[in-house]
Amino acid sequence: MKYLDEYRDPTLAVKILEEIKNHVTQPWVIMEICGGQTHAIVRNGIDQVLQGKIELVHGPGCPVCVTPLETIDRAIDIAGRPEVIFCSFGDMLRVPGSAKDLFMVKSEGGDVRIVYSPLEAVRLARENPDREVVFFAVGFETTAPGNAMAVMQADKEGLNNFSEIVSHVLVPPAMKALLSSPDNRVQGYLAAGHVCSIMGYKEYEPIARQYKVPIVPTGFEPVDILEGLLMVVKQLEEDRHQVENQYVRVVRREGNKAARDIIQKVFKVTDRKWRGIGLLPASGLGICETYAAFDAEKKFSVDAIHVTEPDNCISGLVLQGLKKPVDCPAFGRECKPEHPLGATMVSSEGACAAYHKYHRN
Amino acid sequence: MIVDTSTLSCPLPIMDHDTVQLAHGSGGSLSASLIEKLFLPRFDNAMLNQLEDQAVMELPACRLAFSTDSFVVDPIFFPGGDIGDLAINGTANDVCMSGAVPLYVSAAFIIEEGFAMESLHRILLSMEQAGKQAGVTVVTGDTKVVNKGSCDKIFITTTGLGSVPDGVMISAGGIQPGDKIILSGTIADHGMAVMTSRENLSFQTRIQSDTAALNGLVEKMIKTTTEIHAMRDPTRGGLATTLNEFASTSNVGIKLIEGNIPISPDVKGACEILGIDPLNVANEGKLVAAVPPDKVDAVLDAMRKHPLGRQAAIIGEAVTDHKGMVAGETLLGVSRIVDMPVGEQLPRIC
Ligand code: SF4
Repeated sequence: MKYLDEYRDPTLAVKILEEIKNHVTQPWVIMEICGGQTHAIVRNGIDQVLQGKIELVHGPGCPVCVTPLETIDRAIDIAGRPEVIFCSFGDMLRVPGSAKDLFMVKSEGGDVRIVYSPLEAVRLARENPDREVVFFAVGFETTAPGNAMAVMQADKEGLNNFSEIVSHVLVPPAMKALLSSPDNRVQGYLAAGHVCSIMGYKEYEPIARQYKVPIVPTGFEPVDILEGLLMVVKQLEEDRHQVENQYVRVVRREGNKAARDIIQKVFKVTDRKWRGIGLLPASGLGICETYAAFDAEKKFSVDAIHVTEPDNCISGLVLQGLKKPVDCPAFGRECKPEHPLGATMVSSEGACAAYHKYHRN
Repeated sequence: MIVDTSTLSCPLPIMDHDTVQLAHGSGGSLSASLIEKLFLPRFDNAMLNQLEDQAVMELPACRLAFSTDSFVVDPIFFPGGDIGDLAINGTANDVCMSGAVPLYVSAAFIIEEGFAMESLHRILLSMEQAGKQAGVTVVTGDTKVVNKGSCDKIFITTTGLGSVPDGVMISAGGIQPGDKIILSGTIADHGMAVMTSRENLSFQTRIQSDTAALNGLVEKMIKTTTEIHAMRDPTRGGLATTLNEFASTSNVGIKLIEGNIPISPDVKGACEILGIDPLNVANEGKLVAAVPPDKVDAVLDAMRKHPLGRQAAIIGEAVTDHKGMVAGETLLGVSRIVDMPVGEQLPRIC
């Protein structure tokens, strides 16, 4: 982990910052896709030091935030059943469903457990043959290989008591949707480094050409982000629109073929609803026919779900980069991390949570 | 202090049962034999040995510090310690954060039926060791056994009593602007040791809990000056929580110098992997103190001579700005809020 320190080097950070300031001739609007980057930006005050030079808008890159309410309600329904051990990453537990969250299910006696890897859920299935183990598989392309691997592993071991609720989302379709919107102001993108480490950046090249936007796959440390911004700014100032890789220590153009193959084996591309944004065609992953037996939504029939979103939450606009969390009237008042109204206040990658944690006053 | 009780040469006394039975808490003859064979040899002292319903003790004419805490950590054995030494150290620390010398401890055990006698013995051995190191005596106690499933293995509640030296007045509310904030050593060791030792975590580390009684260190600090304005051990909620409590109780702002906070590379790496902020992670053998600037060098000096304070460092300062809040400085020189964590997503850590 030591190597990360050089990407947090204050001298280097300030040097790149100065270079950005020297290059900028007009206030460009740049979106960082990934919630991890949003946090790093807000935590380190990168948005503040660039005020007036670059406007940073925060993208939809928080998988917890965009998981549709219907899916959360369905997960809550399944998690409350006595035969089920429900496994999820910690962040998902506090995301409000229509009536309650998964923590409440736990306090009502549901067997809800936080795991750090889907393979832990597979292990639980192996150790508890008389229980149904359900894993809540959310995330972008980054976590898809691991979640696919868990299905393959369960299949190999013949564990028919393991299944996943899959709500995977894909970045490029969301980028296209944002760019084709008439409200779009975004002129350049920092693409999510972790996603590109799996998928590569070939698929961003046609987007950069078609919409005339520079796209730079970027890491998560402050120096990474500043460097990524500098690369976007240089392109904008030179009127270039290409995909350039900042995160060379991790990302290859082709991505990770082995990981992509696993995804393809287990998942198929589907239409997916994004919370706050709406239905985007071919923007998600679901379990393919071959592995349908591991699809929790098929295994457990859930009665029709009627979702109710809190009407004063503008997280949809926040996720599209159209509003900042501080523009929301509920921010820091009715809506706080202790009692969140929207998912963007819950997740450690949500923009509202980042603003509340670091920028409150 | 790390005591590896598994290597201590004190075998489990011959017991009629391998596991704790409901009858061991019934007050009958099995209870008596459990107390006699397992508990008394460990906490051997005149007050306890009388087996009265209460301990009667002579106390010096002074102000008393009095504190209680329950321990429910899961797992009960973790790298660097177990629920037993944690229960002694935790209460000794709560008492001594007032500047007091911890003297006496009571211990109440709630044990789940079927709990291994061997494990109970191991826990008592480590309590004995921890008590000796902290210089406290367990003078009274209680044992209850509950039905399987009514508690998780074993819960321990300890209460501590200590005497506050004359002229010492330490509270979280006494911080003055200008005071320096001192931290006694590395952060996040305990929480990460417990967390990474959970069986279902898929990587291994060498992280050890820092559980230790701090009264020896506190004594050294107080000998240097009684002008310590505030002192606390940053347990649950971590350093960020303690500093926020300092700021709001004393109505000052606290400027944190994050770069000065000692942290071991292993802990840093584990926090990185798990996406956890070490400022929010529990410690069980560290203290934070607010000291006036003219006393800070002497206090630091004294601390660094003590084994538990070798890495003591100035990590911040009380200021008149942003009252009630803790602010750090980012690498770009921008100030940022250092908040308390909202919820607990970790397993039970103490
Ligand atoms: S601050 Fe709360 S209510 Fe407002 S957009 Fe964010 S999550 Fe929704």
